[in-house]
Amino acid sequence: MATDTTSNETVNRTARYLRKAWQGISVPLVAVLLGLIIGALLLLVSGAQPLSAYGALFEGAFGTPAAIQRTLEKATPLIFAGLAVAFAFKAGLFNIGAQGQLLIGAVVAAYVGFSIQGLPAIIHAPLALLIGGLAGALYGFIPGALKTYTGAHEVITTIMLNYVAINITDYLADGPWKDMTPGNIVARTPKIFPSAVLPSLGNIPTGFILALLAAVVAWWILYRTTLGYEIRTVGLNSSAAQYAGIRVAKIVILSMMISGFLAGMGGAVETQGINGRFQPGFNTGIGFDGITIALLGKTNPFGVIPAALLLGAMRAGSSKMQFSAGVAPEITDVITAVILFFVAADIIVKTLIRQRGTDDDKVTLSTGWSGH
Amino acid sequence: MSDRLSPIADDAPIVLEAKGITKQFPGVLANDQVDLVLHRGEILAMLGENGAGKSTLMSILSGLYTPDAGEIWIKGEHVTLHSPGDAIIRGVGMVYQHFQLVPVMTVAENVILGAEVVKAGGYIDIREANRRVRELSKQYGLEIDPTAVIEDLPVGLQQRVEIIKALYRQADILILDEPTAVLTPQESNELFQIMHQLTAQGVSIIFITHKLKEVLTVADRIVVLRGGKAVGTVYPAESTEASLAELMVGRKVILQVDKKRAQPGKTVLKIENLEVLDERKHKVVKGLSLDVREGEILAVAGVQGNGQREFVEALTGLRPVVGGHIFIEDEETTHSIPRKISELDVAHIPEDREKHGLVMPYSVADNLVLNRYFHEPFSHRAVLNRDAIAENGRNLVKEFDVRTPSIETHAGSLSGGNKQKVIVARELSRPVKLLVANQPTRGIDVGSIEFIHNQIVAQRDAGVAVLLVSAELDEVLSLADRVAVMFDGHIVKTLPIEEATRERVGLLMAGSEEE
Repeated sequence: MATDTTSNETVNRTARYLRKAWQGISVPLVAVLLGLIIGALLLLVSGAQPLSAYGALFEGAFGTPAAIQRTLEKATPLIFAGLAVAFAFKAGLFNIGAQGQLLIGAVVAAYVGFSIQGLPAIIHAPLALLIGGLAGALYGFIPGALKTYTGAHEVITTIMLNYVAINITDYLADGPWKDMTPGNIVARTPKIFPSAVLPSLGNIPTGFILALLAAVVAWWILYRTTLGYEIRTVGLNSSAAQYAGIRVAKIVILSMMISGFLAGMGGAVETQGINGRFQPGFNTGIGFDGITIALLGKTNPFGVIPAALLLGAMRAGSSKMQFSAGVAPEITDVITAVILFFVAADIIVKTLIRQRGTDDDKVTLSTGWSGH
Repeated sequence: MSDRLSPIADDAPIVLEAKGITKQFPGVLANDQVDLVLHRGEILAMLGENGAGKSTLMSILSGLYTPDAGEIWIKGEHVTLHSPGDAIIRGVGMVYQHFQLVPVMTVAENVILGAEVVKAGGYIDIREANRRVRELSKQYGLEIDPTAVIEDLPVGLQQRVEIIKALYRQADILILDEPTAVLTPQESNELFQIMHQLTAQGVSIIFITHKLKEVLTVADRIVVLRGGKAVGTVYPAESTEASLAELMVGRKVILQVDKKRAQPGKTVLKIENLEVLDERKHKVVKGLSLDVREGEILAVAGVQGNGQREFVEALTGLRPVVGGHIFIEDEETTHSIPRKISELDVAHIPEDREKHGLVMPYSVADNLVLNRYFHEPFSHRAVLNRDAIAENGRNLVKEFDVRTPSIETHAGSLSGGNKQKVIVARELSRPVKLLVANQPTRGIDVGSIEFIHNQIVAQRDAGVAVLLVSAELDEVLSLADRVAVMFDGHIVKTLPIEEATRERVGLLMAGSEEE
C-alpha cells in the first residue's frame, strides 16, 4: 500500500510540476509569438518582406558557428544582468541599478586586469572576475543600506547611483586609469594583460559557461538554502518574515549585495571576455536589458537564460537583417518592447489563452514607497 | 427594546425579492439558486459562516455584482442593478462593515458626500446640510452632532453616520453587514434599538451576522445560508442557539468548551507599565500591567482598537517598547527581537493571519516551518532539508486536520479556518511555554473554532501559560480562567472567571469605572 501511495504521489507531483512549468512559460512564449507577429506587421507596413527579414535575423544569430558565438557573447552579460535583477526581485527589491553595478564591476575588473602583471592566467582571470563582482556587490550595498536605515526607496536610489557610476567610470577612464598609449585620445583604460582575458572554448565563450553556472548557483541559493528561504519570505511578505524572526534589514542588504555581485560579474565578463578593456559607452543599456530579461524569465534564474538568449540572438542577428533585408536594426528593439509589454500586461495573454488559477511567480514590480 | 415575538411582518407588503440568484466565481459557486423575501418594516437576519455566500448575495442586492442567473424585484418592479448607484436610487442602502467615511471631515460633510447640497455659484451649503442631518437624526432617533469630526467619534457613532448617510439618500431598505463586529455589547444594544425605531417607521433591514445570540434578540425572521445555498428560513421564537448553529454548519456543534478547573503554577509572563506607540506615534498602550501563570488562560477582553494589537506586537518583539518592562520567566525581553522571544518557546498566533501568520504563495509545508526553518532537521549547514520539511507538513496536516488537497498547495488558496489551522499547527507543534493568541478564531467557521478552542485548552492543561486576546466576549467567557479587561491602552480590571459576568465585562469594556 505504501508503494502504491508513493508512486501515485510521484505521478501527481510530476503532473503538478508539468502544469506549473507550462503556467510559467506559456505567457512568455505567447508574448514572444505576439511580438514577432506585430513586428511582422510593422515590417510589412515599412515595405519589407517579414519572412525574409526574420530569416536573415535567424541566419545572423544562428546561421554559422561564428554567428552562434556572437549570440552567446551578446547573451552572456545579459544573463548576468537578468540574474541580478531577478535575484533582487525575489527579495521584493526592484534593482534598477544593475547598470551602475555592472559599470563598476567592468571598470574594476579592467583595473585588476591591466595593473597587475606576472600572474598566471589561472589566477589572474578569476581574480579580476571576483574583484569585479565584489565591486558590484559593494555598489549594491549602498542602496540596500539606504533603504534599511533611511527608508529611501531602492528605485530612486539605484537610478541616482546609475548616474554616479557613469560619472565615476568616465572619470576613471579619462583620468587616473586612462590608457596612456601614445596617440590615444579616447577615454578608455589600457588593454588588460592576456592573463586576465577570458578565453573561448571553441565557439563557446568561457563567460557564457560562467553565466550558466551563476544561474544554477542563484537558483540553488534561492530555493535550496536557508538564506534563500529567508530572502523569498522577505520578498513575498516582509511582515510575515519579521514575525518569523527573520532580520529583514540584513536580508535586504544582503540581497542587494548578491544582486550587485551578479551585475558586477556581468561587467567583468564584458571587460575580460569581449572588450579587453573598459571603455565608456561599450556597456550601455545592459543593466536595463536585465530588467526586461528578468521579467521575461518570470524572475526565475533558469527563465533568465532563454530570455537572455532571445535578446542576444536578436542583437546578434539584427545587423545581418539590416544588410540582407534592408531593415533598420531598431525593429528588433520594437519586437523586444512588444514582447515585454505582453509579459508585463500578462492578463491580456492569459485572457487570450484562457489560463486561470493562481500565479505563484506573480511579478510584483514594486512594493510601495514606504521603505520597509 | 421591542419584544415582538410573532412574525407580524409577514403580512406586510414585500419590498425586496430575490429569485434564484446564482453567482459563480472561478472555482466557487458563491450563490446557488438563492431565494429571499424582505417585507416592509421587517428585520431579516442573514446568518451564515464565512464563505457561506452572505457577502456575495448582499453585493448583488446592492448592485456591486451582477448575478449570473436570477431576478431581483424591488417594490414590485423587476430591476437590473449595474452599480451601487442603481441600487440606492431604488432605495437600497448598504452599510459596510468597514466604514466608508472620510475621517477628517464632519458628520454632515460625510453624509452629503457625493450628493452635495449646492447653493448658487457652486458652493456647498453646509448650513442646509447640517439642518438636514439634524432633521434625520431627530426623525429616526439617531442622536448625532452634524458638526463633529468623524475621527473624534467612537465607532458606534461612526456607524450611525453610515446609517444616516443611507437614509439621507432616501434608502428604505438597509443592508447592515456585520454591524456589531466593532461594537461593545452596550453599543450593540443601542444599535438594536435604533433598528427597531427604523422599522417602526417603515424601513426594512437585512442584518448580516454570524452571532447567534444577536439574531435571536433582534430578528423577525432568519435566513440561514450554507455553502451558497439558503438552507432554511426560521423564526427566533422557534429557534435556539444550538438549532441555528446546526443549521449553519450542517451538523451538531458543541458551543460550550469543555474544560476542567485551571491548575495555575508559577508566573511565566510578567508585564509592568508597558507603553507602546502606534504608527502615528500616539501612545496607545498606556501603562499596561498583567501577569500570566503556567496552566492558566488569561483572556484580555476589549473592544477592538484599544491598543490590543500594539500590545501583542510589542510583547512578541514586532514593535518597539517605549516604557515599562516585559519578563518571560526570569528573562527581560522588553527590547528583544522576535527571534529571541520565539526561541524562549513563545508561540504566537497573530491577529492578522494573512499579513503576519502566513506567506500566501508558499506551500502549506513551507508555511509550517516558518519560524523553525533554520533548526535541524529542516536546515542542515544552511541548506534546507526538503524531505524533512515535507514530512513535517504531512504529519501536521494530519494531526491538526488541515483540509488541503496536498502539502504543496499554496496556503493562500485554503479557507480561513484551514489557514488558521496551519498557523495553530505550526505554533503548537513545538515546545511552548507561553502561547500568545490574538483573535485566534476571528472570521473562521464554527468547526475550526471548536477545534482551535480545544487545542488552546489542551495547551493550558499541559502547563502552558496562555494569553488570549479577543474582542469576542463569548470566546473570552468560554475559554478564560481570568479575564483582564482592556480599555484605552491599559487593563482596567482583572476578574476571576467566576465573577466575570457578560454585563460586568461589557460595562468594563465600554470604559465605565467600577469601585
